[in-house]
Amino acid sequence: MAEKILDVQNLEIRYVTDEETVYAVNDVSFTLERGESIGLVGETGAGKTTTALGIMGLVPDPPGEIVGGSIFFDGQDLLKLPEKQMRVIRGGKISMIFQDPMTSLNPVMTVGEQIAEVVLLHNKISKAEARKRAMEMLEQVGIPAARCDDYPHQFSGGMKQRVVIAIALACSPELLIADEPTTALDVTIQAQVLELMRKLQAEYNTSLILITHDLGVVAKVCDKVAVVYAGEIIEYGTLEDIYTDKRHVYTVGLFDSLPDIEKETASLKVIPGAVPDPANLPKGCKFHPRCTEATDACRNEPIPFVKISETHSVRCNRFGSAEV
Amino acid sequence: MAEILRVENLKKHFNTRKGVLHAVDGVTFGVQEGETLGIVGESGCGKSTLGRVILHLHEKTAGKIIFNGEDISDVSQAKLKKLREDMQIIFQDPYASLNPRMTVGDIIGEPLKIYKKCESKEALQKKVRETMDVVGLAERTFHLYPHELDGGRRQRVGTARALILDPKLIVCDEPVSALDVSIQAQILNLMMDLQKERNLTYLFITHNLSVVKHISDDITVMYLGQMVEKAKSSEIFAHQYHPYTKALISAIPLPKFNAPDNQIILKGEITSPINVTKSCRFAPRCIYAKPECFNSEPELEEISKDHFVKCHFVREINGL
Repeated sequence: MAEKILDVQNLEIRYVTDEETVYAVNDVSFTLERGESIGLVGETGAGKTTTALGIMGLVPDPPGEIVGGSIFFDGQDLLKLPEKQMRVIRGGKISMIFQDPMTSLNPVMTVGEQIAEVVLLHNKISKAEARKRAMEMLEQVGIPAARCDDYPHQFSGGMKQRVVIAIALACSPELLIADEPTTALDVTIQAQVLELMRKLQAEYNTSLILITHDLGVVAKVCDKVAVVYAGEIIEYGTLEDIYTDKRHVYTVGLFDSLPDIEKETASLKVIPGAVPDPANLPKGCKFHPRCTEATDACRNEPIPFVKISETHSVRCNRFGSAEV
Repeated sequence: MAEILRVENLKKHFNTRKGVLHAVDGVTFGVQEGETLGIVGESGCGKSTLGRVILHLHEKTAGKIIFNGEDISDVSQAKLKKLREDMQIIFQDPYASLNPRMTVGDIIGEPLKIYKKCESKEALQKKVRETMDVVGLAERTFHLYPHELDGGRRQRVGTARALILDPKLIVCDEPVSALDVSIQAQILNLMMDLQKERNLTYLFITHNLSVVKHISDDITVMYLGQMVEKAKSSEIFAHQYHPYTKALISAIPLPKFNAPDNQIILKGEITSPINVTKSCRFAPRCIYAKPECFNSEPELEEISKDHFVKCHFVREINGL
């Protein structure tokens, strides 16, 4: 197989305040190869975005703290890099697309300047060359280069997200992290943007971490999936593993709670209860208060992450105890 | 079954500096009591404005609104207050639609106070607690403030507030789009149960097609202020005739492994609803568009029983 570009091991991130400690990311591990894409799926508060911020070195400190683990990118542990070197990587080799295109662009800079800014920062080139590169990037994402001198408010939501993608890809990063890139967009525009991301990812051979709660979007874009719940990966496998052979009760529940557009259903299946407060996580399996299959062992003991096939792992007591 | 709501050629235009914005432009439909009409479309298609005009939260520009057999197009303020007992709304954003300085109990009980429904404070509290029970809010949340609740519970508060006066019609404006899928399923089930128990009529406004299919009896697809297709829910998902509806449904990413990739990717984006011309409004993005589409506006035509489509070439495109 291709070379491993990212290796996250046992990542733990907390937010510590005077009143409470929020256990946002607990023991998250995954790897990514060059050109591969992984989907981090989960509900609000599962720790998906914090994981991404951890990789980018952008966890707000204080109150955020990376308390354990390692993030190897191209053989270097990002957690041990000084900020100066991290700044070279961030935006250059790793870049990020944020959820809300309306707020992630600077309203008082033209889109051309915003793309050129990142190019200038990471390359020793002249302003004129950077501007040329900005115009090329705009064309790449389907915006006429003539709009280089327009301001963000002159663009629609879908167009703004294209600009954000142009900024993220301007330095041909090796890893792109996209945090809910299409959630704020209409479905026909979402289809356009996903198609664009797929095309550019293939062209640049970029690795992709896609953070989303939309299982449909993951099915379109990703090779691998990690289902995140209460700061832990509870199921991990290839797209095929997760979509055709899902094992964890939560993963099954997540799929079942979606209204099926191809079938008639009287009433939706529901996962009872709500996501636990990350400042006050249950003991044992973090999902046990909502699980239909929970036993006493689930309520007290930490749950091992069990490998059930070469590519597929589950964090659930029902699958033996052979730890990964 | 009686028709509880009928709108005829309803229009809402806003005057802007650039010209007249046609937010809702000639919408006609009827809803049977106890049924759900889903109104689907993308941002800016006028679906929220439509819901608001029906409730008189915006004044209409032209057209008729008939509720319960009575023409309510032009009613006095006093009459309107009376009407609103029967017509309620659940808003999209459970974070913004609850007063942060009122407790859950006060928020849900406020309509009772406004309509002087209860003789005593105890009676009011009793009614509030009953309604909280109906929507599945634990009694201990009575004295809590909205910020102490999660999104799903907040949306239950909004639902309880809409229900407490026992309305006949509820306009639901994207009631689940701010919620996580597992919570979304809980709220959708709740709404459907309540509908059965109380014979409620819903006008369900959303951009989420799988949600609308699940909850609606009839579906109306809107584009730039106009209805482009209307049919029974099962019919529209089996046969879409309008090119826009086809693209819209094909664009839904399915949560399936190796789902067939037959997406129709539309070019461009929704055009401006300001100063529209007599033409098919979808023509600039339509793959089948012909010169005629840019010069004359198609009629909403009944293609098969109860299935209406607004397209000049609907028969050619679909081989009918």
